[in-house]
Amino acid sequence: MSEGNAEPKLARINIDGKDYQVPDGMNLVDACESVGVEIPHYCYHSHLSVAGNCRMCLVEMGMPMRDRATGEPVLDDDGVQKIGWMPKPAIACASNAKDGTYIKTQSPLVKSCREGVMEFLLVNHPLDCPICDQAGECRLQEFSTDYGRGFSRYVEEKNVKPKRTELGPRVTLDDERCILCSRCVRFCEEIDENPVLGFIERGSHSTLTCFPGKKLDSNYSLNTVDICPVGALTSTDFRFKMRVWFLKPTKSICTESSAGVNTEVWSREGKIYRITPRRNDEVNDSWMADSGRALYHTVEAEDRMKRFRIDGQVCTLGEATLRARELIQVGTVAYVASGKLSVEEQYSLRKLVEKEPGRVTFVAHTQDGDGRLISNDATPNVRGGLVTGLIKQLPVTELEALRDKLAAGEVKTVVSLGEDLIAAGIPPEMLKKANLVYLGTHRNATSDIAKVVIPTLTVFEKSGTFINQQFRLQKFAQAVPGPAGLLPDVWILDMILAECEGAKCARPSTPQVWARMAEEVPAFAGLSYAKIPDTGVLLDGSAYAELPFPETKGWHYEPAAEPATASSKF
Amino acid sequence: MAVEQRRVIYKHVDEEGYTPDIDCYMKHGGYEVLKKAIGAKPEDLCKEVLDSGVTGRGGAGFPTGMKWRFLDRKSGKPIYLICNADESEPGTFKDRQIIYQDPHQLIEGMMISAFAIQAKQAWIYIRGEFINGARILENAIEEARAKNFLGDNVLGSGFSCDIVVHRGAGAYICGEETGLIESLEGKRGYPRIKPPYFPAALGAYMCPTIVNNVETMAQVKHVIGMGGSEFAKFGVKGDPGTHIFGVSGHVQKPGYYEFEAGKITVGEMLYDVCGGPLPGRTFKALIPGGSSTKILRFGERFTGKHPNTGEDFDWGVEDIPLDAVSLKCCGTFLGTGGLIVMDDSTDMMEAIANLMAFYGHESCGQCTPCREGSLWLNKMTLRMTGGAARNQDVDLMKNIADQIEGRTICAHGEAVAWPVQSHYNKFKDEWLDKIAHQGNGNGRYNPKGYPLI
Repeated sequence: MSEGNAEPKLARINIDGKDYQVPDGMNLVDACESVGVEIPHYCYHSHLSVAGNCRMCLVEMGMPMRDRATGEPVLDDDGVQKIGWMPKPAIACASNAKDGTYIKTQSPLVKSCREGVMEFLLVNHPLDCPICDQAGECRLQEFSTDYGRGFSRYVEEKNVKPKRTELGPRVTLDDERCILCSRCVRFCEEIDENPVLGFIERGSHSTLTCFPGKKLDSNYSLNTVDICPVGALTSTDFRFKMRVWFLKPTKSICTESSAGVNTEVWSREGKIYRITPRRNDEVNDSWMADSGRALYHTVEAEDRMKRFRIDGQVCTLGEATLRARELIQVGTVAYVASGKLSVEEQYSLRKLVEKEPGRVTFVAHTQDGDGRLISNDATPNVRGGLVTGLIKQLPVTELEALRDKLAAGEVKTVVSLGEDLIAAGIPPEMLKKANLVYLGTHRNATSDIAKVVIPTLTVFEKSGTFINQQFRLQKFAQAVPGPAGLLPDVWILDMILAECEGAKCARPSTPQVWARMAEEVPAFAGLSYAKIPDTGVLLDGSAYAELPFPETKGWHYEPAAEPATASSKF
Repeated sequence: MAVEQRRVIYKHVDEEGYTPDIDCYMKHGGYEVLKKAIGAKPEDLCKEVLDSGVTGRGGAGFPTGMKWRFLDRKSGKPIYLICNADESEPGTFKDRQIIYQDPHQLIEGMMISAFAIQAKQAWIYIRGEFINGARILENAIEEARAKNFLGDNVLGSGFSCDIVVHRGAGAYICGEETGLIESLEGKRGYPRIKPPYFPAALGAYMCPTIVNNVETMAQVKHVIGMGGSEFAKFGVKGDPGTHIFGVSGHVQKPGYYEFEAGKITVGEMLYDVCGGPLPGRTFKALIPGGSSTKILRFGERFTGKHPNTGEDFDWGVEDIPLDAVSLKCCGTFLGTGGLIVMDDSTDMMEAIANLMAFYGHESCGQCTPCREGSLWLNKMTLRMTGGAARNQDVDLMKNIADQIEGRTICAHGEAVAWPVQSHYNKFKDEWLDKIAHQGNGNGRYNPKGYPLI
């Protein structure tokens, strides 16, 4: 057994008279939460250092009493060991679960502490809730409901502070709403390692600001907005766009890179308004890059394709798949895809390739990663291609082999799944001569000259799975419907396959595809779509350990082999 | 005069012809104790300090020897010593005289302490307003270094420790030991949370650190000089040695006076030593140990059993002996020994507003109850003295103070809450009376008092 699998040591703690087992040394706030006891807090965050400044998590704490001299337990009249309660309430966030810890979270003193802190937090807090973006997901609102007075005893004038400071290109600060919890300050210092935020002034006049000459312009700046427990730090992109209680969160995976950051896509009436990170301590903790949050803008981009076309003319879906089948069966066919496809799409493509054999090439999309949550591979699912057996080799940056075959006339038809072949090194005039079938979401130089164009769906409009750089299988759900008339890529591939086989397309759901994959793909044996937890399943990637993947070290990722240089060719 | 001053720390303060240079200090027997101490074992020196029972003179009165015993010596990290010269508690002006008039006494005390705890480095954190004090200390350090009383290989003992003077930037909270350490490290003077950041384990630069007040350091010199058990003999049990009392406010002769602890009563101090009230006035209130300690009202009686003598006592304010133990029996603290005296001309609502203006201004803003509560009380008392007080404000003030006390990161919370709570308990009637008069449309009502804010 490896160390990671060893049973964690447990500590027995007593909360409000009930005994619980929690991991030894766990922060008390987290420990209580893990057994379903909420300790309200603002400044504490599991992934940041402890500041202890909000004082909301005050609880009564004690340890069983022992005689100082003899070490014998001190018993009360009933023979039960007495608890030595601390004279003053203590903050839970500054303590770790230790065997024998006793805490009271519901005593009159604790209640009075919480009510006191709530009142203090609100005295200088503006009544902005009706126009505040945080309303609906605001800790201040939530705990006011629990511990608020319902009326204000404060008749003095409230402090006035700047209402719209641009801290950086993506973050706007409303300083009056700030409760000075310092989460953002600690994030910049500890996680982003780019300390740019700090407080100026003193006491209740303290004001959050950037250091002179600095800006909050890191690619991780929007995480400060996520961790802000109130509406002080707001996303400039999302600010005043939509009330959050109208938004529906959908669990998704960021396609920005092979890191596979867990996300939540927030939408209303078929429109996406924002993307936020979803906690996964094995992948991205609570963080994600700003660039990944902007990806939803591609859904409504100008160059989004929404019509089926044959030779540039609009046609029906049936005509397009029929024509695609005809072209595939003209002669030798070649398939070009990439790690942008989901596992299900890669599997469906494999089924098509098995029926209509042809060389499958993945195009590499590399980028300069940041050593954190953006890896060097700009696609989310290269490893899916390997695991589903669609490819044996890593993607290539230039399609030299295909170009040579096209030049020699050995390949008659090319099926591109969202790949811009011209950008990958195939001259347009050569492509124009070949039979090009293009499945993809957005227009590009290749789709413009394709004989058949079948528009497909973005990651937000379909469900499926990706396998990230750690070989972690993670699923994403459909957040919004796609443009009218468009179908999931899996169905399109299945329809073309059905055309080729002369059969009827079954239009399988993602769980149905998984039922088939679990039987045919050894790595997926025993799995089903429903069984994949939200935090993913780590697959055994040891079979591919020798492959020179482009990823280098990042948060929660250690490369197995020496990373390949970006310019490597096959 | 009933009781004579016993000047130990202030032996040469205001002495004709006494200068703060090293020659004058050595002429008066200076650095002899250090020479003696450096030949002793550090553990023995710590033991002497523990046996003496000398308590910290910064206000909290914690036994110094005990504080030193808490040092984490197992960590293997260097040990640091910091002298807290950020004397900022209103009503307190005792350390200033040591720094300005007898700086070598402090340096000698510090070097003895540094040797006793085996400190690698020592700092004097001095309040920014003591500009000349910092210069005097720096000059004195140079003189002492030239004579090898500090620096490398002190007096050939092999022990090395240097003292660096660090000036604060004018924040009351940097007198709180962990806030001081943060400030010393170059950060915002935010006090640290305890646990886990007890200075004796995780102090300056996360190393074991002892922070002692200026007067405490000077006391250590005399503890070692006369021996711990000898030192313990004077003063009272639980509060040995002398105290420097800084009397300010409505007395004829305000000033600083050094007395053996418990040997003089409040009455003797105010009437005999300080010459009594100003002409035609009578005493009304006394804040005994710096502005954050709880106020006493002349005319109230204190009864109980004294822990030291075991005898029942029945005291008026004038009868209370000035030592930490007795004042604690009366529900307040000796604190820094800064006695603030108020006579019958004082408007008690103005008085609390004045205190709140200070504490509201000085709250560092780190933790919620103190940050918001202190400013609330400040704004509120300002409104109340300005003529717009309501009857319910009186109870509200007390309630706000109760919501602060014991729930903050550092003791500033208590420093805000205690005055409000004690003034409420003792002068609520005066507040309500003032409010009643203001209610008749009289606006700001202050018949005999002088505006304090």
